[in-house]
Amino acid sequence: MRKLLLMLATVAALVLAVPVVSAPSKTDATKLKVALIAPSARTDLAFTQSMHHALLNLQKKYGFELSVSENQFVVANAANIIRQYADQGYDLVIAHGSQYGGTIEQLAPLFPKTSFAWGTAGATFGQPNVYAYEANSQEGGYVNGYIASLMSKTKVLGVIGPIAVGDAKLYVDGFVAGAKAQSKKTVVNVAYTGSFSDPSLMSKQASVFVAQKADVLTGSSQSVVGALSVVRENNLKWFGTQWTQASLAPGNVVATQMYDWMPALNQIITRVQSGKLGGVSYRISLKNGGERIQFNKAAKTPKAIQETAKKVVEKIVSGKIVISTGT
Amino acid sequence: MSEFFTTAILTATIASGIQLAAPFLLASLGETLGQRSGVLNLGVDGIMLLGAFTSYYVALKTGDLRLAVLSGIAVGAACGLATAFISVTLRAEQGISGIGVYLFALGLTSLLFLKLVGTPLPIDQPGKIEVPYLHGLPLVGKTLFRQDALVYLAFALVPVVAFVLNRTTFGLNVKAVGENPAAADSLGVSVARTRYATVTIGSALAGLAGATLLIDVGIFQQNITNAVGFIAVALVYFGAWRPVGVMLGSLLYGLTQALVLSWKGLGIIPVSLSDLAAAAPAVITVLALLTVARRFRQPAALATPYTRGG
Amino acid sequence: MTRREGSPEPGPVGGGRLGSRLDWRQFRLTWLAFPGSALAALLVGAVMLLALGASPVTGYRALLDGAFGDSYALSSTAVKAVPLLLVGVGICIAFRANVFNIGGEGQIAMGALLATATALALPGLPAILLIPLTILAGAVGGGLWGAIPGAFKGYLGVNEILSTIMLNLVAVQVMNYLLAGPLHDTTAQSVGGLIPQTRLLPESSWLPILKDGTQLHLGVLVALLAALAVYVLLWRTSFGFRIRAVGLSRDAATYAGMPVARTTTLALTLSGSLCGMAGSMLVFGSISHRMVTDGSLTGFTGSAGFNGIVVALFGGLNPLWTILSSFVFAGLLVGGDAMQVVTGVPSDLIVALNGLVVVFVVSVEFLRRRPRVAPVAIPIEPPEWSAEHVEQPAATRGSA
Repeated sequence: MRKLLLMLATVAALVLAVPVVSAPSKTDATKLKVALIAPSARTDLAFTQSMHHALLNLQKKYGFELSVSENQFVVANAANIIRQYADQGYDLVIAHGSQYGGTIEQLAPLFPKTSFAWGTAGATFGQPNVYAYEANSQEGGYVNGYIASLMSKTKVLGVIGPIAVGDAKLYVDGFVAGAKAQSKKTVVNVAYTGSFSDPSLMSKQASVFVAQKADVLTGSSQSVVGALSVVRENNLKWFGTQWTQASLAPGNVVATQMYDWMPALNQIITRVQSGKLGGVSYRISLKNGGERIQFNKAAKTPKAIQETAKKVVEKIVSGKIVISTGT
Repeated sequence: MSEFFTTAILTATIASGIQLAAPFLLASLGETLGQRSGVLNLGVDGIMLLGAFTSYYVALKTGDLRLAVLSGIAVGAACGLATAFISVTLRAEQGISGIGVYLFALGLTSLLFLKLVGTPLPIDQPGKIEVPYLHGLPLVGKTLFRQDALVYLAFALVPVVAFVLNRTTFGLNVKAVGENPAAADSLGVSVARTRYATVTIGSALAGLAGATLLIDVGIFQQNITNAVGFIAVALVYFGAWRPVGVMLGSLLYGLTQALVLSWKGLGIIPVSLSDLAAAAPAVITVLALLTVARRFRQPAALATPYTRGG
Repeated sequence: MTRREGSPEPGPVGGGRLGSRLDWRQFRLTWLAFPGSALAALLVGAVMLLALGASPVTGYRALLDGAFGDSYALSSTAVKAVPLLLVGVGICIAFRANVFNIGGEGQIAMGALLATATALALPGLPAILLIPLTILAGAVGGGLWGAIPGAFKGYLGVNEILSTIMLNLVAVQVMNYLLAGPLHDTTAQSVGGLIPQTRLLPESSWLPILKDGTQLHLGVLVALLAALAVYVLLWRTSFGFRIRAVGLSRDAATYAGMPVARTTTLALTLSGSLCGMAGSMLVFGSISHRMVTDGSLTGFTGSAGFNGIVVALFGGLNPLWTILSSFVFAGLLVGGDAMQVVTGVPSDLIVALNGLVVVFVVSVEFLRRRPRVAPVAIPIEPPEWSAEHVEQPAATRGSA
């Protein structure tokens, strides 16, 4: 017991000495300071990469300071980090992950001078310093599904999702709707593996779909890399979302619904610069160019099909097609 | 449901199950060896990650898959030496040293992947190897005799490890050291050397397991193993420290996983239950153990560091 | 798992026997060995920081600052230590009964789920009733998840490493199912994208902040009380005696007529309960005041189930020392996050650094361990190796 008390006393002494030892850090008050917190890596060929890419482009334009905390999948940790950025006087803190929303809701009132942006979701909680952004993933999903059904020879499609939440579910719902719209006879098999980070399961799910005669596959989340190895092996066609996975299967990736967060972020940053810290929620869609269907050149998709895709996009943009998403 | 019983789907399911089982089997065999000699290594998942990353990096840079697999094994063996040093020579607490190794490997591989690789590219994957004549057999042919080379290797190692454990002097020493190290020591068996050997070989197998997983997926990703190493450790207990038991456990787990995926794809398992269904392999494994209800004793000296004379 | 023979008195890592008077040689080793090894790990970390182009000085200054720099930092560290301490204290019970509980992660989640469900079901209750109720619910949820492998081990001989790992895998799927289904926040506004989180929990269930301007919440007191209670349990009650006896020698305990199966089961159940309480602390002490996940167990628990094992072993399986080790380890974790924010290095470095510290510190344990009196092995079942391969007849003990 005596030993324990001695230990505690020493630790207490060290702890009290620290404030003396550590000096405060200097901050450059002139540049805009932006922080990005994301649940996966900036090279995940999916969710985070799309956001990071957009920020880098905007950084060239506006010249702000950018700090990145990636791989923050532990929500409680991320909450502390978001708070630290706010504490350190960052002007804009982007929490890129719907699981961070609850934290933003609670922290925003405590840091009225900081602007918080989060996605993918639509709620700004009635806070004057919260921006929200989301993607109409079902739109690109619809187009992908339509074209997939068109191009499929067996008329069997396979969809591999991680967990039926968020962006992933929206995309899948859209894909199914688009495929069915192209042909009622098309069979679309949908399966969720149950994890965002198990590429091995995704690859086996893809194998199962191949056995079911699917010749076109699609899926979402960073673990689709596993499915793509099956795509390569069996020479299937792939449709992607969020970011192009063409580098993984150059001849097989037909098209991707690319996320371009620039329209939303551009507005957010200019508004923050002029002192408007929040209150607006943004959506990237086919209409405002935040989403676009990018055909992969290496796959040499016939022009006729690309034209059809353009027509479908036009119909969605003009409102002729309405995609229902059963939540 | 009737669609499930078509040849094509059954074949694909079982073949996938066998392929899923291979990494579990390799890592589990390695851990069996180590545990039989009395060393508990909870860092298996971390060593698998290091093996997976190393083989990926080598494959990316050299394009030579054989070299990649060998480097995965080598890295595993190196980790084994380090683990043996910590657990046997330094006699550290085996439970947490393993967890420490796991955390270190998890962080290190993610870091190296981020910094050394940047934008990931897939590696060239080898085609499946078809055993001549046998692969033409109905049903069995396409499931058992058309697999990756490493899958064949994994299953081939089962009789090898069993032979080593039961029919060689080395195997005898391993078991002796695991049951009663003091007695083995008095007979002139070097407890330390035996444990070093088993842990190193075991970790080499874990490295190989990582390489197998990597080659199957075709690209590296943070936390690619997703706790496979821990499941492999659990399967050692399921298999009662015997290679055949471990193989059965790995197959049970892998096949259940494949079955769940298959039924999900066919719509037999609705999307609303997909989360709970993903828990099936774990539940089945525990249920299987309960029904069989064997009472094999674990190696008496498991996780107890040995000090001569006290 | 190392057995604790020959260490009747509680002490830091390894349970060395110190007796009442201080052994200065051992003491010096302890004071040098552990901080020394931690420093060695941090040195390796410094090299890694340099390799990534960051300054170790800035990095470690940020670490210290973030963990202990001001009262807010200290409160963050204390709050981070709460689940570590609760899990660690539970591990003290389990490991002392020779039960290797690696199911902490799942037990935390199940406890959290039950506690969350309770709060959502009884939003009208005042805090004075709701908070203890949620803590109790957490204990029940985690306790159940510990009772299952406990009973399997105690009554069926199923190894607990197997069952606890498998139950972790089940827990994550149950959590995902509940958070996207029955417990889901149906009031969330969105295009239709589902966020796997619950509704905002009733304010009366939020753990009250003990000191304004900090994060210090009631959980800290609960954890400290739990540590004290378990210390008393282990060394001042007959139940605690039974736990330690079963842990030291299952056969001797059976021979002495102790209810070994029941004790083993209860040990894992208690360990699970404490993990479940940690789960409820995580939810009701969170910044977001919701239960939310990204689809993985770690995303919710932050590896508290594993880190709790580490701090318990660093504390020599003594709940009181675990208080210290959990605080220090929490400092490493919190400081690590701060270091990441200030230097911009990938957070993976912090994970690797944590692993290094664990490995290094556990490796110098031998420096301070006294040679144990080796217990005479009483083989109930003879060893499996057959006699004919052995040269010396003295080793034969009869065939299996």
